[in-house]
Amino acid sequence: MNARQLASAAADASLDTMPKLLLRNAAEHGLRPAMRHKDLGIWQTWTWAELRDTVRAFAVGLRKLGFERGHAVAVIGDNRPRLYATFAAVQSLGGVAVPVYQDSVADEMAYVLDHAEVTFAVVQNQEQVDKVISVSDRLPRLRTVVYEEERGLAAYDHSHLYSMAHVEELGRQELRENAGAAGWWLDEIARGKGSDVSVMLYTSGTTGRPKGVVLTHENIVVSAQNGNRFDAFTPDDTLLAYLPMAWVGDYIFSYGQATAGAMCVACPESPETILEDRREIAPTYFFAPPRVFENLLTQIMVRMEDAGRLKKRMFDYFLKVARRSGERILDGRPVGVKDRLLYALGDVLVYAPLRNRMGFSRIRVAYTAGEAIGPELFRFYRSLGINLKQLYGQTEASVYITLQPDGEVYADTVGKAGPDVEITIADTGEVLYRSPGVFREYYKNEQATRETKTPDGWVHTGDAGFFDQHGHLRIIDRAKDVGRLNDGALFAPKYLENKLKFYPEVREAVAFGQGRDYVTMFVNIDQTSVGSWAERNNVAYASYQELAAHPKVCEMVAKRLEAVNRSLAEEPQMAASQIRRFLILHKELDADDGEMTRTQKVRRSTVAERYAPLIAALYDGSTQVHAATEVTFEDGRKGVVEGDLRIVDVATYPVRAAEPLREAAE
Amino acid sequence: MKADVKPKPVVGGEVATGDVLLAVDNVSLSFGGVRAIRGVSFDIRKGEIRAIIGPNGAGKTSMLNVINGFYHPQEGTITYKGVRRRDMRPYIAASQGIARTFQNVALFKGMTTLDNIMTGRTLKMRRGLLAHALHYGPARWEETRHREAVEQIIDFLEIAHIRRTPVGRLPYGLQKRVELGRALAMEPELLLLDEPMAGMNLEEKQDMCRFILTTKDTFNTTIALIEHDMGVVMDLSDRVVVLDYGRKIADGTPAEVQGNQDVIDAYLGVAR
Repeated sequence: MNARQLASAAADASLDTMPKLLLRNAAEHGLRPAMRHKDLGIWQTWTWAELRDTVRAFAVGLRKLGFERGHAVAVIGDNRPRLYATFAAVQSLGGVAVPVYQDSVADEMAYVLDHAEVTFAVVQNQEQVDKVISVSDRLPRLRTVVYEEERGLAAYDHSHLYSMAHVEELGRQELRENAGAAGWWLDEIARGKGSDVSVMLYTSGTTGRPKGVVLTHENIVVSAQNGNRFDAFTPDDTLLAYLPMAWVGDYIFSYGQATAGAMCVACPESPETILEDRREIAPTYFFAPPRVFENLLTQIMVRMEDAGRLKKRMFDYFLKVARRSGERILDGRPVGVKDRLLYALGDVLVYAPLRNRMGFSRIRVAYTAGEAIGPELFRFYRSLGINLKQLYGQTEASVYITLQPDGEVYADTVGKAGPDVEITIADTGEVLYRSPGVFREYYKNEQATRETKTPDGWVHTGDAGFFDQHGHLRIIDRAKDVGRLNDGALFAPKYLENKLKFYPEVREAVAFGQGRDYVTMFVNIDQTSVGSWAERNNVAYASYQELAAHPKVCEMVAKRLEAVNRSLAEEPQMAASQIRRFLILHKELDADDGEMTRTQKVRRSTVAERYAPLIAALYDGSTQVHAATEVTFEDGRKGVVEGDLRIVDVATYPVRAAEPLREAAE
Repeated sequence: MKADVKPKPVVGGEVATGDVLLAVDNVSLSFGGVRAIRGVSFDIRKGEIRAIIGPNGAGKTSMLNVINGFYHPQEGTITYKGVRRRDMRPYIAASQGIARTFQNVALFKGMTTLDNIMTGRTLKMRRGLLAHALHYGPARWEETRHREAVEQIIDFLEIAHIRRTPVGRLPYGLQKRVELGRALAMEPELLLLDEPMAGMNLEEKQDMCRFILTTKDTFNTTIALIEHDMGVVMDLSDRVVVLDYGRKIADGTPAEVQGNQDVIDAYLGVAR
């Protein structure tokens, strides 16, 4: 079956639940691989027909154990074919899957299992069984625990505890003895509707208890089909399921999209073997948060340091070639003949082996999301011919809000609205969206639902952003941190700070501007980086304070800020936020003084309070200010750091919208 | 067996009451003038975890070496599976189902994890060197069969990610795990562990405890272990024998041993 036929089949309105799609796959792609799992060092394969049979046996077995329509089932463990099969089995009987983070501690797990009112828990191994049993007295509704790996569990009390093999065998026995059982199962699937709840995903909120996001089959099926259509996935595509099953991305990619598109999902042997497993499978579709790409690059660079001189020079040379023309070739833009030939040579000698090392030799589409990815890092992968793109999504949206289409990829945006997604920017700068993937509600939390979702279906993301000149969405900050300057222009402190912190000389920055006429900044220099610069430039200093106060250091930071201003001037929405004045603080912001959290995030209000005279000086036009600040030393003693700080004006630039024109002229 | 060396009756608890698997009877061992073990007797029962503890130089490792035949005691006997011997021989110990790990990891550093564990299967291989070199017919089936057993162990000990890594490159905690894997590959009836948790952090220790308990439960392996972490010893073992200056000073359940004045003195020291 080709991609077009599949797309039309998938659009069939009768295929409105995941189990129905599974039946279709078993009928149309019965002998093609549905799932792979490396077990005892060997890749084992389930075809779609085998997967259906496993799901059926397990579902009938669950029924024998008293499972009923509407029951919620916790699924806890690493990515395993049998746990994905559990999703389908539960849903085939009209139940709700509740995947739970496998590394959550027993107490968190108890909250989720209790809140979701689960009656069954299907878990991977002894570790998870122990956790569930340890909190079972707080879970009056929980009746039965089923485990996949039998090791270590033989001696446990098996009155409410079964192995998955046992439950499957119960089902198979029933199917053998009772001729009507198979038909009954198909009827149960047919009873399912798109509006039924498919899954509840608990979001790990930074504050308060996690909220259960209720997603229907329709949410999942439509989002999955849209995702597949957007990147033209076919049943020949393969992906590696390695991110937590309780995370919405894995649910959509490894279960939703894979089932909707009849793609093959490979499960790694263990969390530690992912790199090697990925090399062996060579997925065509891959998702990872930025840190995974970062670690991968670091590993390669470290290894290259150990390589021979010739190899190293070859690597460096062809990486330069790639940086020049790799991305343009990937985007289908014009490139000169010489560079094309060089790139082709580089592909044979360097890029292809590198891609193979990283497990990307067959990669067609790779996505990253979750946090901002460094532009250098992003371009590195793209220049090697890996089609790495960014997307922006949320659990509440069944992932997709925006995606970058092929050929329109920029490091600093998250792309265009996905298929069927409407986006609007509120007056506060907050991004709102409406789509078929929008969640039904937060389970048993009407107030939170009302706060997040408007009656006509718009959802507050909590993020502030704007559309740039390419029509791409740019996320700048959390909406609650975004304010306005006196002239009404948007003021996004973190966006400005991050632009400056991108320079290694700057360790920390704090921007001010809320309710002011213009933006100013406090800067902390990075002592290691600036220190080594000072050494090279014969600048003598005795302390952080002395280094920070050095006129040459001031000059250097001013230059960096000018560059930031230049780039801000190119963004119409941000041009008003150019930094006019700054000072370099005489001490490093420190968690011991309450200026930062223990996780190294600046506490804006505390800083503003402690340094109120300095902020006043930034806005009253003075060129120097005396600072005296109480500090707490590591042993608890207190002292005062004082000194005169220079206040420096920074050049600003007129608004330019030149970028798209230049791009077009190229 | 002499009446006075029988372990004291144990009150309550789920202490192994199985048959005696190995009995050490009045064993003494000296190196020249150094008397490492002086007339020690104790037994290990089927299916139990038996800890041997004591301060440094108490003779614990020497005791294990006597049990698996590495040292030959000058006096006393060792009864293993009902057969009484003056001394054990390493090859008899190995072929009769005694496996051990060492205080200082003794692996083949240049070989991979997989190959190291595979060496634990040597005694179970039936085909000759030539057949294996040619990798043909029965030799091939044999290797496949043993490889499967080894893969089970790799899976059990959660070391799949280092399957192909030379063990010399592994951190200490993992080397200890590989060594346990090699001992398990022998499918031993009696497993001797010499300080399995030494140099490990808390998490590694917890993992190791889990492996030891599961080994006992799943394969019904009898385990004798030397360990300095008293928390581990008290939690894991069914019975504890305490040595000091080569003498046995206590023998019983963890609780009994913990309350024994001689043991407290041996650990904390007393004015003599």
